[in-house]
Formats: sequence, structure tokens, C-alpha cells
Amino acid sequence: MVHAFLLHTLSPRPGDAAGPGRLLYSRVFGSERPDAAPEPPGLQELERERLGQKERMLVVARQVDTMCKLQQQVSGRPAADVILQLPDEPVSLQDAPAGLFRLPAGDPFGDRKTVLWLGVLSLGFVLVCDPHENLMLAESTLRLLARYLLDHLRLLGPGNDIVLKADKTEVILNKVLPHGQLLFLNDQFVQALERELSATLPK
Amino acid sequence: MFAAAAQSLLRQARDARPEELRALGARAAVLLQQPEPGAEAADCLRRILLVVAATKRHRKLDDKFVDVLERALCLPKCPPQIQVLCAAILREMSPSNKLSLSCHEIQETKLLSTVGAILLAQGNKKAAASAVGQRVIKVLEGRLPEGQSSRHLLPLLSQVISVFPASLTEDQTNVVNKRMVDWLRYASVQQGVAQPSGGFFSTPRTRQPGPVTEVDGSIATDFFTVLSLGQHYTEDQWLNMQAFSMLRKWLLCYGGEGASSPSSDDRSEVDGSVMSMVSATSTSSRLLPPKERLREKAFEYCQRLVEQSNRRALRKPDGDLQKACLIEAVTIMDIICRQDSSYVYRTLSCLKILHGRISRDLAYARALLPIAQFFLNHSETAAVDSEAVYKHLFTRIPAQLFHSPMLAFEFIQFCRDNLGVFTENFSIFRQSFPNLFKFLAWNSPSLILEFMDLLPALLGPDTAIEMLHLLLDLPCLAAALDVQLRSASASASERAACDPAAKPTSCLEAFRHPLYRSSFQYLLRTEAAPGDSPERLAPLRQLLGSVANSPRVVQCAETVPVLLQLFFNTAAEFADKPLINQLVLVLLERSDQLYELPAFKVDVHRVLSSQLLLLCRLRPSLVVELSKELLEFSGTVGNIQNKEDVYTYVVWAIGEYMSVSYDKRCTVEQINRFFEALEAMLFEITQLRPAASGPPSSPRVIAVLMTALTKLASRSQDLIPRVSLFLSKMRAFVQHPATASVYSEQDSEEILTRATELTNLLKMPSVAQFVLTPTAEVAGAQSQRDTHAALPAAMKMVSRFMERGAGFVPG
Repeated sequence: MVHAFLLHTLSPRPGDAAGPGRLLYSRVFGSERPDAAPEPPGLQELERERLGQKERMLVVARQVDTMCKLQQQVSGRPAADVILQLPDEPVSLQDAPAGLFRLPAGDPFGDRKTVLWLGVLSLGFVLVCDPHENLMLAESTLRLLARYLLDHLRLLGPGNDIVLKADKTEVILNKVLPHGQLLFLNDQFVQALERELSATLPK
Repeated sequence: MFAAAAQSLLRQARDARPEELRALGARAAVLLQQPEPGAEAADCLRRILLVVAATKRHRKLDDKFVDVLERALCLPKCPPQIQVLCAAILREMSPSNKLSLSCHEIQETKLLSTVGAILLAQGNKKAAASAVGQRVIKVLEGRLPEGQSSRHLLPLLSQVISVFPASLTEDQTNVVNKRMVDWLRYASVQQGVAQPSGGFFSTPRTRQPGPVTEVDGSIATDFFTVLSLGQHYTEDQWLNMQAFSMLRKWLLCYGGEGASSPSSDDRSEVDGSVMSMVSATSTSSRLLPPKERLREKAFEYCQRLVEQSNRRALRKPDGDLQKACLIEAVTIMDIICRQDSSYVYRTLSCLKILHGRISRDLAYARALLPIAQFFLNHSETAAVDSEAVYKHLFTRIPAQLFHSPMLAFEFIQFCRDNLGVFTENFSIFRQSFPNLFKFLAWNSPSLILEFMDLLPALLGPDTAIEMLHLLLDLPCLAAALDVQLRSASASASERAACDPAAKPTSCLEAFRHPLYRSSFQYLLRTEAAPGDSPERLAPLRQLLGSVANSPRVVQCAETVPVLLQLFFNTAAEFADKPLINQLVLVLLERSDQLYELPAFKVDVHRVLSSQLLLLCRLRPSLVVELSKELLEFSGTVGNIQNKEDVYTYVVWAIGEYMSVSYDKRCTVEQINRFFEALEAMLFEITQLRPAASGPPSSPRVIAVLMTALTKLASRSQDLIPRVSLFLSKMRAFVQHPATASVYSEQDSEEILTRATELTNLLKMPSVAQFVLTPTAEVAGAQSQRDTHAALPAAMKMVSRFMERGAGFVPG
């Protein structure tokens, strides 16, 4: 199962005026409480848990940011925000930088995790997977998610307030990655999902 | 683009005051309680969601508002957008103890899915998982009311068992086992009908949908799977897809021992021999308990997927899915075999054929890994020789696919997961280290962490020397791989035979040039070649220097120092005397044969010199054994400039360990020879250089030379007058205009002080001997601390006594 999905901005250059990457959306599917922890937990413990969850997401986003920058250096592509794209041109995800890395147990999640990331137009799309997940399937799911989010959230449009469109993100996520479950979707299933999405999402 | 807009909104959200949030909540509550909450309600909820989600610290939401959210969520007529937003807010404030949601009464599957997700995000995961799991099973057991779909339930069930695997009872798992068999094996093979959308695509007459097809367009030959295509899918076909999607996890959780019936052991003989066709309807399987029956059907499903992956997909996404399905199918078969070894023989024959089919196809390389894992797990049971599989894996794949980051990661994880088995049983693993390091050279940032685990396993007495050379040449390897790739994609005209007489003008040309071809081949070798000498790489190293600034090479170079450190730490644990000596020789030899990348050289020199220290401490007598090489090294003035770090430590080691107390074989002649060499060096850099106005050497080198000379003199006391004379000339050196203009006051002062201390020490030869050549036991204790601190401190102490004069009794 996918433990979490994140969407964050990629900082174009170190020390840029825009500042470090920002977490735009995150959703955790798994539980990070150790099995042995007593239940029900107290109020303070609950708050600590929530805070810990948020901070772990930030740690992941920062690492993805670094990895993406390193990969962009190597591929010789210019920094993301220098690209001026026509709003109508479909974004090619084929060449978008992508990668995998491991987070060892305890740093920052209790168990070992695998991070799969995709960088498109200064946005980072990230899946935090449990070990021994089908990473090939995770990769195609992530690309699908990115495509839908880019399309339906009009990320190429001007004056974008992506953070205020969290409900659309939720709907897309619920369809493509319900409860964190990766789905073996052949092309026909994908088209069926797209039809359902178009019907559900207001334009 | 997004950063600026998002940042200001996020900051506003984080800075929102509690009163603002309360006001928003109150407004939202009013809007939600209207009969048809619309866009304004949605907008309000979005803002609240943003505030709650964007703040790390807890945001207090009014209890009454939470109540309103819960109620709105559960209303049957709640617009989907509002439902999503309410659920998101409740989830974002979790874990919390304010929620009073419960799933006990929920009949509607979509609502159950929404509420279930919120409950599973709360603090009491065991209770929540139990409750939600129970409810899901109950709904699955019964008949669903009209219009409800089970599609919403399976992913929720999957989340339940992920959050807390032991949340279901045996009865509950049997319900699921039975249903899974139906969904996986008996889904309809007819295409579904389009849902009537009404309007644009209204069909006056519904055509009878045909059967589902395979990915290559032909009619489906057997039961429905995720690789079956249809224009529209029926409910049970959706469930088939979802059931397979969670099958691996389900089997891992509930497919194994624990709740198995005693009779299943007797069945193993029968089942193992008969089943060869995929959809042979076996009446005996109906008698199996639900868990074992699911196992059987799951196995058949996987076998069918393996067959289906042999077809050529018409659409690329389907082709990609075939590969993912293959990986999943093999993994599930592996799990099934672990849970019931009677399946092993069937699986083996299937996988052998599969391996034969895909081993030549690079596009399927990632699927080779679970196949290899299967053989690792089960070949003992089957007494099958699987060496060919591993050989192919380790020799062909890294060489051809080092540049694929996903494969690289999975390959290395596969190695890490099986390190114990590989190092114990398969020499091919260690032998392939040059191939494995290609993954690291190309994908340094993402794999360096993995190689910290891999390197110690690959390192052994037989591979140590070769590996040291390879690590020092890792940036070259990255550069060479780049050239190899570019050469492979170069057009035929570019690849036209070049003139062997002319020198190549670019790396690309050199790749095919006879002068360099064998060097490239050596660098890019797939197996360890201990007999070959790496000296012949020198010209290639120089040539590849032209791409030293390429980002990939730079990133690769940055991993080398930490790998070297790890290498030496690991080698020190098992290296015997000859190996340590060899390592030191390599260290000395390679210190000026490094890839021409300034920062890289500096870092490597730093590590090499500190490791030299380590090795000398480990085996002090190597100084005597390698005296010839050390003499040559310390007597070459160029070494002072090019590799000051290494030189300094070599001189220090000579001074420290060239003594009878460390090795009885140390002779006076040897000490004298070293003395003369070092004296000549010190003369060169303090007397000749300033006169010729060459750049002065660093004060540290001078200090260590002075100290080393003094130490040697204290052991061969005829040399004392020579050293004392020399030391007395240091004042003149320091005051020379050329030196004074470059050295700081402090540096000059320190040189003089050191010279004075040493001179004082030499006035009492036996004290000098004790301080400067402690016996091995004393030195052993001393070496726990920083050796550099101990000696100067000792010398300072003696010096102070000397200068105070009265009351000091020479030893």
C-alpha cells in the first residue's frame, strides 16, 4: 500500500527569493502508530502524533527537492520555472525527471519506506511506498495522478490557487489511489475512470 | 510559478487568528444547515480546510462545528463536493478525540468508505480497524441494496489490514476468502454496457456487448483478469481488478499458517501432481477450505497473467501494465509457495519458461528480479541449479541498464535484501562488483546510501586491492559510461572508423580508437579481474579529464571520500599483514594518479592520509618492511607540493615507527638513510626555495620534518649534532623576507617554538629518546588519543623544565 501522497513546490535554485519548497497537499493512508502503543491515547499524544505526521511530510518534501535538483543538474535541463510554456500545450510527462530513493527505518518514518517522485513544472508529486511495493505499478499510478491533477487543476493557468482546490485533488486521489491502494488499471479501466472523473468534477 | 501564489495563501492560512477560524466555522455551519448547501458553502469549507491543513500545530475547531460537519457528511442528500470537503477537514484535524463518527449503522457503501477512512486516521487504530473491518465484512456478506456498489469496499478493506493486520477474525477472513475466489475466478467475460448518460451519446438501440478481449485484440481465451479489455466494465469485473490489486497483501496477512485446517497437509500430495492446465476445473478444489481454495485460484490467476504477458499489447500503457502484472504475479506465486510448498514444482516449470522468454528482452529486465528472488527462496526445495539465472542477472543487466534509475534502485534493493545468501553461497555476486558499481557511478545521489551497506559485503581479501583502485577511479567510470552511452546512440557516420594514426580529439572518438579501446574495456569490465594492472588506465584517466566538470561526474566524485572511509574501516577488520602492506603501497602510488578534479583530489588526499595513519597504527612494522618505497616517496620533493596531506603523514609515520621498539629489524643504516633523505628535503624547502623565491611550503610540513628528524636522531645519536645545527638555522629561515611575507606571525612563531623545543630536548638524549620513541605499550595507550596532541604537550613540558633550569635532573 502507498503510505502517503504529497504534492509540493520545487524550489528552483538554492537561495532563491521564492524560498524553500512548500507543501501544497499531503494525504497519509497508513498509520504510523506503533502496534504496541496503548489505546486510547491522550490529548497531548494525539497532538504530537499529528505534528509528527506533518513534519515527516516536510522532511520527505525537502529530500525530494534535493534529489530533483541533483537530477536536473545531471540531465542539463534548465531550472523549472525558467520554462515558459504555452497554456494549451500538453505537458509531456515522459521526460519529466523522476526517481526513487529509500528512507531507512527511523528516519523519519518508523519503518523503512521507498519514495517515488516525479517533478513536473516546479511541482513535486510524491508517493511514499511501503517496502516491497510494486514500484512499476506505483510509477504508472503516479504519472496518471500527475496528469489528472495537471489537467483538472489547471496548473498551467495564470493566478493559480492550487491550495484552494484541495477538494478536486481529493476526488482525483480517491479515484486513482483509493485508500492508498494501487490499482492494476489497463487502458480501458483508465478511460472508464476518466469518464467518471469528468462527470464528477465541476469544470 | 506556483511558489509565490501558494506561499502567500499558505502564510495567510497559517497566520489566521483563532477568531477568524471560528468566524469561518460559524459561517460554514449556517450554510451547511441550509437545505442545499452550494458554492458559497464549498468555498467557506475550502478555506477552513486550508487553514487546518496548512498549520502544523493543532487548530482548535469548535465542537459544535465538528458536529455539524459530521452530520452534513452523513446526510444522504449531501452534495458530493460538500461531502468530500467535510471528510477532508475531519481527516486533517485527526488524530483527534473530538469525533463521534461511527460506522456501525452505515449501509451506504460510498459513505462507509468515506467515514471508514476518517476513522482509520484516528488515534485508536486497533479499535477503529476492528470496527471498520467488521462493518465492511458485514456489508460484503449481505446483499447490497439497489444502486450500491461493492467497489467502494475493497480498497477500504485493504486499508484496514494495512493499518492493523490482525484486525479480522478467522470467520471474517473466510468470508473474504470465499468472495475473492468468486471475484478473481468467475467474473463475467462479457463486456459491460455503457451507463446511460443521456444526452449527447444517447443510443437509440443498445448493442449487445461482445466478449472481452486480450491486450492484443484477440478474443479472451479464458477467465477475466486485469489484462482483459472491454469498452465498459461490469461491477464484478471492477471487483476482479480490485481483488487482484490487493491480493498480495491479503495473502501475506491471512494466507499463511495460523488458521489452516489440519486436512490441508494431506491434500498437498494430490494437488502437487495433477494441476497443469490453468483452468482445469477441479472438483477436489471445491472441497478445500476457503483459504486454500483462494490460494489455488490465486495461483491460477497468476499463471494466466504470465501467459497473457506473452501477447503483444496494442497500446503502450497496456504493455507497461503487462510488465507490472508479471512482477506482481511472480511475487504472489513466491508467497504462495512459501505458504504451501506443494506449489513449488508447478511454479518452477512456469518460471523457467518465463525466464527463457524474457531474459533477452531488456524491456522486461525489472521482472527478472522477482524471478531471481523466487529461485533464491525455493531452489533448495526443488534441488534446481539456478546459477545461470544469477549469472545472467549480474553480468548482463548492470552493464546494459545502469542508466535506468528505477531498475538500478530495484536491483540494488534486491542485492541488499539477499546480502547474506549472496556472500555465503554465490561467488558471482562478489565477482561482479565492477558491474554493480556502475549503478552507483551513474545514479550516485539515490544509491550512495544503499552502497554503504553493499560495499562491506562485496569487500573481501580477494577483491580489496582491485576495489580500492575502482573506488579511486569511480568518477572515471562515470565519465566512461557516459561516453559509452553517447557512442551507442551516435549515428553510423559518427561511428565511422577513425584514423588509428591520428590522436583522438574527443572522448567519443577515443572510445573506438585502438589506443584507448582496451583501457575502456578494462574500465567498463563486468567482472573482477585481479590480474590486470590498473596502471594502464593513466592515459585514459587523463583523456576523460576533459569531462571532469560534467554534473554527473562531479556528483559521483562526491561519494568517493565516504566510500573510501568505509572501505578502509572494513578492510582493517580482516586484512592480514601482506594485504595491509599492499594497501599502503596502492595508497602511495595512487595519491598522484587521481582523476583531475580539484575538489575530488583534495578530499581523497585527506582521506588517504588519515587512513595511512590508521594502517600504520594497526601495523607499525610496515614502515620497516616498506622502507624502500617510503624512502623514495619521502625523498621526492614534488610530493610535498602535490600531495601535502599524504606527505605529511608519511613523514610523521617514518618518524614515529622507524624504530627498533616497533620492529626489531630496524637497522641503524635504515635510520640514517631516512635521516639523510628527510634532511635533504628540509634543506630544500628551507634553504634553497626561499633563495629561488619558490612558493614556501606550509608550516605543518616543516614542523613534521623537523620533528621526524629529531626522532630519528634520538635513536641514532651520531645524528644529533646535525639536527641541532639544522634547527639552529630555522630562525634565519623564518626571518627571511620571502618567508616572512607569506607566513603569518603565528606560523613563524610556532616553527621557532617547535625548533627550540626540539633543540632543548636533544640536549638530553635519553629524555629525548623516551619522549620521542615511547615503547610500543606506551604508544598503544597514547594512540587512543590524538597523537599529535600528545607529543607536542610532552615536548612543551620538557622544554619548560629546561628553560627553568635549576632543580631539573636529567634522566
